[in-house]
Amino acid sequence: MAGKTLYDKLWDAHLVETRDDGTALLYIDRHIIHEVTSPQAFEGLRLANRKPWRVDSNIATPDHNVPTDFNERKGGISTIVDETSRIQVQTLDDNCDEFGIREFKINDIGQGIVHVIGPELGVTLPGATVVCGDSHTATHGAFGCLAHGIGTSEVEHVLATQCLVTAKMKNMLVKVDGDLGPGVTAKDVILAIIGKIGTSGGAGYAIEFGGSTLGQLSMEGRMTICNMAIEAGARVGLVGVDDKTIEYIRGARFAPTGETWDKAAAYWQTLQSDDDAKFDAVVELNAADIEPHVSWGTSPDMVVPISGFVPRPEDQADATRQKGYQRALDYMGLKGGIPVTDIMIDKVFIGSCTNSRIEDLRAAAAIAKGRKVAGTIKKVYVVPGSHLVKIQAEKEGLDKIFIEAGMDWREPGCSMCLAMNSDILGRGEHCASTSNRNFEGRQGPGGRTHLMSPAMAAAAAIAGHIVDVRELA
Amino acid sequence: MKAFVSHKGMVGPMDLANVDTDMIIPKQFLKSIKRSGFGPYLFDEMRYLDEGWYGKDCSTRPLNPDFALNQARYQGISILLARDNFGCGSSREHAPWALDDYGIRAIIAPSFADIFYNNCFKNGMLPIILDKAIVDRLFTEVAATEGYTLNIDLQAQTIVTPSGETIAFDIDAFRKQCLLEGLDEIGLTLKVADKIHQFEKQHMLAQPWMFGAIK
Ligand code: SF4
Repeated sequence: MAGKTLYDKLWDAHLVETRDDGTALLYIDRHIIHEVTSPQAFEGLRLANRKPWRVDSNIATPDHNVPTDFNERKGGISTIVDETSRIQVQTLDDNCDEFGIREFKINDIGQGIVHVIGPELGVTLPGATVVCGDSHTATHGAFGCLAHGIGTSEVEHVLATQCLVTAKMKNMLVKVDGDLGPGVTAKDVILAIIGKIGTSGGAGYAIEFGGSTLGQLSMEGRMTICNMAIEAGARVGLVGVDDKTIEYIRGARFAPTGETWDKAAAYWQTLQSDDDAKFDAVVELNAADIEPHVSWGTSPDMVVPISGFVPRPEDQADATRQKGYQRALDYMGLKGGIPVTDIMIDKVFIGSCTNSRIEDLRAAAAIAKGRKVAGTIKKVYVVPGSHLVKIQAEKEGLDKIFIEAGMDWREPGCSMCLAMNSDILGRGEHCASTSNRNFEGRQGPGGRTHLMSPAMAAAAAIAGHIVDVRELA
Repeated sequence: MKAFVSHKGMVGPMDLANVDTDMIIPKQFLKSIKRSGFGPYLFDEMRYLDEGWYGKDCSTRPLNPDFALNQARYQGISILLARDNFGCGSSREHAPWALDDYGIRAIIAPSFADIFYNNCFKNGMLPIILDKAIVDRLFTEVAATEGYTLNIDLQAQTIVTPSGETIAFDIDAFRKQCLLEGLDEIGLTLKVADKIHQFEKQHMLAQPWMFGAIK
């Protein structure tokens, strides 16, 4: 019999029952809750007179809607200007209080973007099933977890039953081998992968990221990669456990200690795919071939290496693609055929659950250090992913580097990743962004997003246009 | 979830094809944190002459006199008679939430949009598909008779009109069972609560660190 993949192992370890219609009940270890997709789920519990099945599996924090401006943030909920946002954040507090769910409130030290705080607090543990009402939950798969993004009715279902109704996916292995060149990061790897397999290439699969390059990457880098599995169409992304995984968790607030730790760590060490595991699809990339990548269009697979050109619709083989490219170019206000380094930038966003961890901020600061933001840049938002990241960055003096360079050092939250609050692009503005989605209007109506790594975004801020970070390093 | 076994109620007409979810409940109401309280805003744009927003007091808003359901004779309806492709558009569950909050228990139409049809069952509401010719006739009868009432029996899969005529309808057996027992997906899962508890016990032995840590 062929061996099992990591996904198979995690699935089997949480399977409560398989139903006749092919779906299954999967037991959920960890449920992370935020203010936007949870209110109706709590209301549902109330109306049906139900209680959470297991309170100690849940953790909550507001992130999508919280202001990141110091002044708007300093008074907690009371100083949130937008009433709808204020009510939504308040409602999360009220619901968590009512149902006894552990919450890190708006200015608590544990607050931050759900996918940043889960791992840093040790809520996310290897071998766990993790769900959250947000499609970037795959991030947690970097720890050898089975992590799914879910919808509001599923949030309610998990709260009430501790289970998710789901169907088993196929297994895909994306294998990256070799050494990354200088200036090339995890973000460039995942953008290259999405460019290669497309935004639906991973549909129906759980993608395991493996190969020697993944082994060399830090946990932050692995999270960046798993985070964007959904942009390749996969609900689940994962990486096998190694010593780095376990070291990241050690000492975290909710991580096991003492004897339990030893037992847990011994189990976690077994969480890799078997050597003879069978994958339904395998994609291979050579790390040495990967350059820094940027997106030029309105879909995460519209990416090119930094040495590349904005593609010309007329060069595309089929008509649907030609049309799609033309629409994207029109929206982005770009002409096919120009070097991507000719694209001028108006605003820069360094943050989001893709790239707002300490390593990301260090990489951006390394470029910003001793330099100044170009005069044509209207604003640079540097938004740490959590309070803990912010505190660490300030300890290292990164905040001063950003401020001296002319960047804005802000409070933790999702911020301009989805522009639910006042951190927003104006119509027609081009943004060098470390987030994960470049859809039309994602960062504000008419806003134009270019996805890239934190170092590349910092470099764009300095140069005023998209630039190869290796020229500045 | 509410069970649906049988229901006797007054019928109101929604005489328009392709009523989409944005017409049922416009997008400005999605910012709400609630799933209840949408009833006063059901069909907001057609129903009122001014612009609505969540939290607005509807008791003093100017009603659109041309909107059938605003007529005195249709106050208190609990069955909606509709046209083809009712509930098309987005997947928002706010649409059935609004109908439910308004007091609608069943909707009769020649066809429904797929997702909306599913969402009705999730919310204890019965969508009934009938032949176009029958729906046409019901529209005529409703218009002609004030206080027109139908008697729906889900177990027997029949509708009885005021004249005593019995109309049969089809429904998927599994969905019928769920409605009869008032089982939503959560209810269904909780039917195997024993299995979940059993699994949980084993799991606690295997991975004790997953339990009790978050305080
Ligand atoms: S940072 Fe962006 S993608 Fe991540 S959880 Fe927040 S809104 Fe979603």
